[in-house]
Amino acid sequence: MQRIGVFVCWCGTNIAATVDVKAVAEAARKEPGVVFATDYQYMCSEAGQKLIRDAIAEHKLTGVVICSCSPRMHEATFRKTVEAAGLNPYMLEVANIREQCSWIHKDRTEATEKAVVLARTAIAKVSLNVPLTAGESPVTKRALVIGGGIAGIQSALDIADAGYEVDIVEKQPTIGGKMTQIDKTFPTLDCAACILTPKMVDAAQHEKITIYSYSEVTEVTGFVGAFKARIKRKARFVDETKCTGCGECTSKCPSKKNKNEFNLGLDNRTAIYIPFAQAVPKVAVIDAESCIKKKTGKCGLCQKICGAGAIDYEQKDEYIEREYGAIVVATGYNPIDLAKYDEYAYSQSPDVVTSLELERLMNAAGPTKGTLLRPSDGTHPHTIVFIQCVGSRCDDARGKPYCSKICCMYTAKHAMLIREKYPDTEVHVFYIDVRTPGKNFDEFYRRAVEQYGVDYIKGMVGKVVPHDGKLLVQGSDLIANEQVRIEADMVVLAAAIEPDKSARSIATMLTASIDTNDFFTEAHPKLRPVESPTAGVFLSGVCQGPKDIPETVAQASACAAKVIGLLAKDKLKGNPCVAHVNEEMCNGCSTCEKVCPYGAITYQDKEFRVPGPKRTEIRRVASVNEAVCQGCGACTVACMSGAMDIKGFANKQIFAEVDAICR
Amino acid sequence: MQIKIDENGNFKPTIVAFCCNWCSYAGADLAGTSRLSYPANVKIVRVPCSCRVNPLFILRAFQRGADGVILCGCHPGDCHYTTGNYYTRRRMTLLFNMLDYLGIERDRTRVEWVSAAEGAKMARVMNEFVARICELGENKRLEDLRCKKSLEE
Ligand code: FES
Repeated sequence: MQRIGVFVCWCGTNIAATVDVKAVAEAARKEPGVVFATDYQYMCSEAGQKLIRDAIAEHKLTGVVICSCSPRMHEATFRKTVEAAGLNPYMLEVANIREQCSWIHKDRTEATEKAVVLARTAIAKVSLNVPLTAGESPVTKRALVIGGGIAGIQSALDIADAGYEVDIVEKQPTIGGKMTQIDKTFPTLDCAACILTPKMVDAAQHEKITIYSYSEVTEVTGFVGAFKARIKRKARFVDETKCTGCGECTSKCPSKKNKNEFNLGLDNRTAIYIPFAQAVPKVAVIDAESCIKKKTGKCGLCQKICGAGAIDYEQKDEYIEREYGAIVVATGYNPIDLAKYDEYAYSQSPDVVTSLELERLMNAAGPTKGTLLRPSDGTHPHTIVFIQCVGSRCDDARGKPYCSKICCMYTAKHAMLIREKYPDTEVHVFYIDVRTPGKNFDEFYRRAVEQYGVDYIKGMVGKVVPHDGKLLVQGSDLIANEQVRIEADMVVLAAAIEPDKSARSIATMLTASIDTNDFFTEAHPKLRPVESPTAGVFLSGVCQGPKDIPETVAQASACAAKVIGLLAKDKLKGNPCVAHVNEEMCNGCSTCEKVCPYGAITYQDKEFRVPGPKRTEIRRVASVNEAVCQGCGACTVACMSGAMDIKGFANKQIFAEVDAICR
Repeated sequence: MQIKIDENGNFKPTIVAFCCNWCSYAGADLAGTSRLSYPANVKIVRVPCSCRVNPLFILRAFQRGADGVILCGCHPGDCHYTTGNYYTRRRMTLLFNMLDYLGIERDRTRVEWVSAAEGAKMARVMNEFVARICELGENKRLEDLRCKKSLEE
C-alpha cells in the first residue's frame, strides 16, 4: 500500500478565493492510502517545496498529489521537488484545481466539491503509479532554420557563433525576407539594406551556416534531438556552384515583361533574374513559366552567353535529407490581400498603394530610383493620404482581429520622409488610434506631427473614388465631428499583416500548434515565449505574432539561446511514459505495429516457459523501442489481447480515475 | 455514490471528459486562464492523445454512473502524434453506433476537436454538452448496480 501525501495550494487567492482549500485537504485525508494532507499559500515557492520535501521525509511518503495550477504549468517543477526528496519523479500527480476549477466556477460550494473530486481522482491515480526512469537519447548537434528573413538569419548567426552547424532553408531565391524590401527603418531612419545586407553576407560566409535558398522543407519526422527533415531544392535551372552572379544573362534575356516580385509588381523583370543586387546567394534563377526556352524549346540565349556555363535547362528538383537536433520556425509574414477592401479602390487605381509598395517607390533601388512618383502617370504627387488599420483590429471576417503593431510607426516614418524630401507635399493620416509604445517611438511620432507638420485626422475613411486622375477621399474627423473630403494624388493603405501562408502546413508538419490567426503558439505566453509546445521546435520573429525589427531580432537571439542550450546537451532525457508490452499476454498478431505512427514496435521470437512436458515454447511477441515510442497510446487500444499499456497512463490508472470521478 | 439532485431538486449529471494533453487539455486550461466558465459537473481526465482512450473507458464510465462522456482531441491533421485522432474518430463512430444500438442515447457521447487556442470553444462545447445531458436526464441503462454497491461498502 502506498503512503500518499496531498498538498493543496492556495495560489494566493487564485484558488483559495473560490475553493475551500482546508476542506479539500480534509476530504483528501479520508481517502485510502493518504497519510498526510495539508494546504499552503504557494506550493511552488521555495518554502512550499520545502514543505513537500520535509513531509516526504517525515511521513515516509511514497506518492504525492499536488492540488494546484495546471500540470502544464508546474508538473516539471514538482517532479524535481519530489526527486530532491528521494522519490521517483513519476510518483507524482497534479490535480488541476485552478485552470479547471477555481478560475471557471464562481460558486464556492460547487468549486470546492469539484476540487475534492479532482483531488481524489489524482489520489486514485497516484496509488497505481510506479517508479519510471526516462531513457536517454543522443542530440544531433545541428539546427534547422525554416525561413531566411532577418529573424532566421539572426537566429542562425547566433547558433553558428556558438559553434553549431545551422542550415537555413528559404523558399525564395535569396535570403533577406521582407526587410530587403523596406527602404528605411524607424525610429532611427537608417537604411534597411545597409544594416541587413552585411548580416546576409555574414550568414553566407559563416563556416557553420549552410543556406538552401529556393528550397522548402517538405517533411519532418522524429523528435527533439533527432529530427529528420526532407528538403526540396527547387530547380532554378542555374548551377549554383558555377554561377558568378555577373548578371550578363539578365541583361540579354528577351522575355522581359514579367512581374518583378521584389518590387511587388511595380515594374518588370526578365525570365532569368537575380532578385536584387545584394541577393544572397547572388545566383540567377530561371522562372520556368516565362522562360521562352522552357516554354517553346527555342531561345537558349542565356546559355550561350553565360561564360561560366552555369545554365542547365534540364535541372530537376532535388531532395536532401538531414538530421537536426532543433528546429527554428522563422516563416514571417505578408501584408493581407486587399481584394476585399474595394472601398479604398486598391484594385481600381494604381495610385492606391500599400505601405510596402510605397517602400519600393521610395527606395533608391526601386522602380523609380527613389523619386516618389505616381505609378499611374509618373508625376509628382502633391497630396498623399494614408489610411491606417486596413484590415487590422477588424471585427468582420474581411480583416484580422489583432493590431498589426508596426503600421503606426512606419506610417509616421513614411509621412516624415515624404515631408522632408518634398516639403510641398501635403500628408494626411487617417487613424483610429496611434500606438507608439517602444523606445524612442512616441518621440518619433511627435516629431512627425510637430516638426514635419503631418496632418493626423482621427477617423476612418469611408470611400476612395478615382476621379479625373485624382482620388477623392471621403472620411470623417471624429474630433472635429465633421466629414472630410480630400482630393489626393496618392492613397497609401496600411494593410494588416498576416502569417505567411506556409505557417499552417509547417505547423502540421512539425505538430506544433498555431492559433486561430495562424500565428504559432508559444509554450507559455509569458514564461516561454520563444518555444513551441512541441519539444525542440522554437519560434523566431513574426511567425509568433506581429513584431517590428528590433523585437524580431531580440526574439531571434532569445530563440538561438534556447537552441544553443538544447544542442549543448549530449543526451536528452526522454519521456518514460511510453508503451510497454506484457509478453505473457501478447499473441504477436501485429495489430499494434500497424497503428504505430513511429514504427516503434517490432517483433521478436522469445522462449517462454509453459506447463506440460515441453516446458518451453517459442512465441513471437511485440517489443517496443522506447527511444522511438512517443507514448500516444494508439497501440493500447488496438491491442486485442490487452497486452499493450502506456506507462504513466496505464489502463488501470485511467479506470481508477474514471471510477473516482463517478463515485 | 454521488447525489445527483441539488438542493433545488435539479438534476446534476456526472460528466467525464477525456482530453488529449496537447490540444484539448491546453484548450481547457485556456478557458480557465480566460475565466470562461462551464458547469462544474465536467471533470477532465488527461490522456496523452485522444487515441489513448479505449472504448472500454467510456463503457466503464457509464457503468459507474456517468451520465455523459465527451472526448476531446486535436483537430484532424493537427494531432501531436500525427494520426492519433483519425483512429479516435473511427473507433468512436463504431462505439457510438453500438451504444445507440444498446439504447444509450447517442447524445450522451460526443467527440469534439478543440485546439490549444480554442478556450472559448472548450467552454461552449462543455456548456452545450451539459445542457443536453440535463435534458436527457439520468443514465440508468448501463449503470452496474453491483459495482456501485461494492463501492459503497
Ligand atoms: S494529441 Fe491531441 S488528438 Fe492526438
